[in-house]
Amino acid sequence: MKTIYILWLRQLKRYSRSKSRIIGSLGQPLLFLLSLGYGFGPIFQKAGQGNYIQFLAPGIIGMSIIFTSIFSGIEIIWDRQFGFLKETLVAPVSRFNIMLGRTLGGATVATFQGIIVFIISVIAGFRPTSWASIPATILVMLLVALLFTALGTAIACILEDMQGFQLIMNFLVMPLFFLSGSLFPLQGSLLTIARFNPLSYGIDAFRFLLTNSSHFGLGLDIAVLSVVSLIFISIGSYLFSKIQI
Amino acid sequence: MNIIEVKNLSKKFKGLTAVDNISFNVEKGEIFAFLGPNGAGKSTTIKMLTTLLHPTEGEMQLNGHNPVENPDEVRRSFGIVFQDPSLDDELTAYENIELHGVLYDVPRAIGRKRAEELLKLVELWDRKDDFVKTFSGGMKRRLEIARGLLHHPKILFLDEPTLGLDPQTRNHMWNYIKELNQKEGITVFFTTHYMEEADRIAGRIAIIDHGKIVASGTTQELKEKTGKASLEDAFLELTGKVIREEEAGSIDVMRMNRRMWAGKK
Repeated sequence: MKTIYILWLRQLKRYSRSKSRIIGSLGQPLLFLLSLGYGFGPIFQKAGQGNYIQFLAPGIIGMSIIFTSIFSGIEIIWDRQFGFLKETLVAPVSRFNIMLGRTLGGATVATFQGIIVFIISVIAGFRPTSWASIPATILVMLLVALLFTALGTAIACILEDMQGFQLIMNFLVMPLFFLSGSLFPLQGSLLTIARFNPLSYGIDAFRFLLTNSSHFGLGLDIAVLSVVSLIFISIGSYLFSKIQI
Repeated sequence: MNIIEVKNLSKKFKGLTAVDNISFNVEKGEIFAFLGPNGAGKSTTIKMLTTLLHPTEGEMQLNGHNPVENPDEVRRSFGIVFQDPSLDDELTAYENIELHGVLYDVPRAIGRKRAEELLKLVELWDRKDDFVKTFSGGMKRRLEIARGLLHHPKILFLDEPTLGLDPQTRNHMWNYIKELNQKEGITVFFTTHYMEEADRIAGRIAIIDHGKIVASGTTQELKEKTGKASLEDAFLELTGKVIREEEAGSIDVMRMNRRMWAGKK
């Protein structure tokens, strides 16, 4: 338990101390929210779909969470490079706890990031239909963050260096984001693809809680997210336990 | 009594035998030097002893425990200073020590007392709240030594601990380690490329080359065996004068990239 806590705390300390990282990682969601939100807003309205910011904001919250989470998971590669990973691997604690502490830490950081983006989108004109569902939304954020941090961890255990990072960004993270219904409503074949994308369920849950509109229903969303999280945590901890330096 | 026993230990990577059927013992309370050219198998052996790598074949015992079957007992028995720093740069010196204390289950009050003692000993107490990223190479080493001793290990592994340190820091560090060895009876297992260090400090030496132990004994015995006046000459006699090439792993490549990018900033 103490191991999990101290490694969780470490992630939080690293996050809170790196101001440039916090601000830097807010740039992208902000850009998407403002340029797409105001750019496509009139077209979206003309197409009879209502206010685009209302539609877009949950998607952008999802985007900031998936980016931050995957990156937090992949940070293990940095630890490997800077040597800190060895310090944890020769310690008399279970590798599962090490992995879990890191993953929970990364997920907490990503959740913070999601909350900040939520606040920014409220400033940009987003209005949740019910403020009472904010605590539940934060819990779902944590679940989505956990899922993708575990995925990042699993990937980091396989990759040996940062060379593969671009590959992951362009062939995994970007497609997950674009094909999740975060930017446009899901229809036709896009909907079929999105059904296989865990992020779709996260964003759907945000929309359910924040704007009271949903494709899959909250129950299915939570179920899929929980099951996939468990799978990724299992895979991640298995791969982590196999790391040899 | 032997605190480290290694019997017919081998490690094979794809198409390469890094460690080839080596056997040696280290007595409790001894300072043992493990010497060899680059790529001879020193670090691989240390990694196997410290549970980071699984051996392909052979038996090991550390403090009476087998690193493969009983890794946690083994991990509790040793402290290690790796060849490259293994600190978290974004944390302070004290936070690094504190984290180590939690990982090794050192009770809080005892951990605090020891942390103060150790940080004072390595002369970093007044810098304890500074971020490690502001430390020089020598300071990081000292901090790592302090950290490696926090849980009172029976064995201290030092993998090229003095690489890149100035003579003052080296001298200081070795004095401290010798003192620890005498006062606390900590067994020290170290590797180095500086032969005069091994000559001066080690009780016994083993020389490994191409994965095999080619000689072992006291520095006097090695000199007599080869008929050379210095350990350096004896070492060259035993391992030849050909310069060794070490294949760069992906981590080395990454490190190089980091230096490149850091240089550009």
